[in-house]
Amino acid sequence: MAGLTVPQPAAGATTGTHVELAGISRSFGGVRALDEVSLTIAKGSIHALVGENGAGKSTLGKVLAGVITPDRGQVLLDGEPVAFRSPREAILRGIVLIAQELSIAPALSVAENVFLGTEPRRAGFVARRALRRRYDELAAAAGFELRGDLPGRGLRTADQQKVEILRALCRNARLIVMDEPTAALGRPDAERLHQVIRRLAAGGTTIVLVSHFLRQVAELADVVTILRDGRLVRTAPAADETEETMLSSMLGRSLGATFPPRRPVPPQAPVVLEAHGLSAPGVHDVSFDVRAGEIVGLAGLVGSGRTELARALCRAERVTAGTVRTADGPLAGRGPWAALRAGLAMIPESRQEQGLMLGRPIAENVSLASLARLSDLGLVRRRAERQAVAGVLDQVGVRVPAQCPRGGVWGGRPPGLATPVSTLSGGNQQKALFARILLRGPRVLVADEPTRGVDVGAKRAIYELLTSLAAEGLGVLLISSDAEEILGLAHRVLVMRAGRIAAEFRGEAMTEAAVLAAAFGAERGA
Amino acid sequence: MDQQDLTQAKAPASRLPSLRPPATLATGLRRAGILYPFLILFIVLAVASGPFFTKVNLLDILDQQASTLIIAAAGTLVLVAGGIDLSVGAVYALAGVTAAHLALFAPPALAIVAGVAVGLGVGLVNGVIVTAFRINALIATLAMSFVVSGLASLVTGGNLVIDYSRPGFADLARTSFLTVNTSTWTMLAVVVALGVVLSRTTAGRYIYASGSNAEAARLSGVRVQRIKLITFVLSGGAAALGGVIDASRVLSAQASNGETTLTFTVLAGIVVGGTSILGGEGAMWRTVVGVLFIALVGNGFDLLGLNPLYEQIALGGILLIAVGLDAWSRLRQH
Repeated sequence: MAGLTVPQPAAGATTGTHVELAGISRSFGGVRALDEVSLTIAKGSIHALVGENGAGKSTLGKVLAGVITPDRGQVLLDGEPVAFRSPREAILRGIVLIAQELSIAPALSVAENVFLGTEPRRAGFVARRALRRRYDELAAAAGFELRGDLPGRGLRTADQQKVEILRALCRNARLIVMDEPTAALGRPDAERLHQVIRRLAAGGTTIVLVSHFLRQVAELADVVTILRDGRLVRTAPAADETEETMLSSMLGRSLGATFPPRRPVPPQAPVVLEAHGLSAPGVHDVSFDVRAGEIVGLAGLVGSGRTELARALCRAERVTAGTVRTADGPLAGRGPWAALRAGLAMIPESRQEQGLMLGRPIAENVSLASLARLSDLGLVRRRAERQAVAGVLDQVGVRVPAQCPRGGVWGGRPPGLATPVSTLSGGNQQKALFARILLRGPRVLVADEPTRGVDVGAKRAIYELLTSLAAEGLGVLLISSDAEEILGLAHRVLVMRAGRIAAEFRGEAMTEAAVLAAAFGAERGA
Repeated sequence: MDQQDLTQAKAPASRLPSLRPPATLATGLRRAGILYPFLILFIVLAVASGPFFTKVNLLDILDQQASTLIIAAAGTLVLVAGGIDLSVGAVYALAGVTAAHLALFAPPALAIVAGVAVGLGVGLVNGVIVTAFRINALIATLAMSFVVSGLASLVTGGNLVIDYSRPGFADLARTSFLTVNTSTWTMLAVVVALGVVLSRTTAGRYIYASGSNAEAARLSGVRVQRIKLITFVLSGGAAALGGVIDASRVLSAQASNGETTLTFTVLAGIVVGGTSILGGEGAMWRTVVGVLFIALVGNGFDLLGLNPLYEQIALGGILLIAVGLDAWSRLRQH
């Protein structure tokens, strides 16, 4: 409905159902991110969604805000079924998502950022005075002290967040989904944001808080919904929950994940990777080692510095202090090239953005890191390449038909080695990355989220690959957001928090509760 | 060539997965891209115009396109690696006037070598600016084209350099070998050599990888910046060789030679052929067909006596269609 809905501080505003989700399911490439989730969000409440990484809490927030369309299930807004096909449609109905990555135009002022796209206009020109006046009104109504003429560039994260909130308010948002709003904030700023959130809720705005800061949730939320593996565990009043009860509900076995047996690391196995006092952007003074045949798990929350550590180890990011040693001695030279030469290879976090050349043939993708071996005087020995690629793809379990039967126009092309790697499924793309590394034959493998976005079958195959690689004497550093996966595969677990290794567990001490507690920073004896 | 592999080959060749995807009509048409329009235009011209399908005319087209093809061949490597070189027209002019100027008093061989060396030097500067200082290639080479044009004017003092007194300088382009001019032979050599580099060598693979996904290439041990630098050096050298050949062909050169027109003709030829402006996709044969297609359009307008004013409009339209098809096929791919 058109017109400005004034936030109503009336007590009645906090009663009644705002949004009801019924049986929401959503899969990504065979992975159930949300499985039959149903919940009710009350008007003017602060409703927290909690769970481990990958539990589906962010996905649920995005479904609410129209960023993701559910495969099945229904969303009722004020009792009326809605099916948002875009964030725009959700915004028109008063639902706004504030994403984890903030989007502030650096060249525009705070006020211009707030009214971006909805500027008061006069004959096509922005009415500057009206803009400033409306900004001041809006900021006063929200109780923010943020000058509208400040440039967007160089705004502190906390202030950027305020801009996002004001932007949501000026679009008449009645429900704001905040994805990890305090993840990048220091304690005082987080406190201030809490006050803002409370005031908004008191004014009748519904807040959905996606967060993995359990303490914050306990302090702030009215209602908590706990998710695990895309399923609803329970929705309960926050007053009935404690950090411990939430944490224990987030744990638990998921279905069907079985792990190949671990082989013990021989006691005399040599150290193949050793980091000493390693510092890089997002990584502070990290020391650890990995022995031949050992799988070391690296756990931690998103943003705890796991990926940064992996990239620093493999020389993909500049190291500011400390050393990395491989079996050959200290790593010298710059760039991933130098790390690879020393036998240190990486499976990057995002296979599409950092791993694959999507438009190029499968064969080229697999042989890329091993061309020196597959060439004479710079000329690629194509026959040798084809054999090597076919062999290693077979080893990782990507089936490529030996011959290419004629594909119909509608049937698409069969997956010969020359078809673009983008035609493979997510699981097979990931296996193709493993094939690239295998062909290269490193001595240490850093695998960053190797099973992200792959189906159960491919997951199992990747687990077996990792285990057999280790059995052959490779040192493996396994990064995963899936605590269960790490506990199922690793001989030893390092937990990162805020760029440092916060805890190390081995043997009996390796439990999901201990790892999660260390990752969340809950004070517990480990 | 690699006996070791032949002996090690356990499986017969037919059992190995094919490196060539099967061609269906739809995929085949898209992959062939410019080839069919080129063949159709060729046949139409052969039927409609008597003088078109003659050895003289066809060799003349090749001879005239020699420098464009040389520059476009190296430009293909730059584009596939994810860069772009807008300074080729200026380098072409600078190398031409440098060689022509030196040829007035120095041995022709020295003039030629100096001309090409100047181009390699400019290419190196381009490459360093783009890779070491991380300045956008479009802007870096555009800026360099002004600098290089200025240098060319400095060499000539604004005049036409005429080498009619030094016929020896013409030998580079105008020596006939098996009834074909050396300029055409040189072009063939460069195109084949760079084509082999792109499609058969590890360097070629690294070029594709750098343009297709620079971060993936880097993490796989490809020194992306080094690869990009080399493509710029090659592009500068090729532009210079083109300039020197044309100066030798007409025994004169001037600072305003070609310039932007040449730069854009080269780019148009590469892109019309189907090499992506976004990097990671393309092939040498595409560039050859693309450049020759544009040349045929021009030749056709001449032979058929059409109003040349429409030629440019037609070329612009063709270019838009080519880029549009590229964008469209990428959209479908993802």
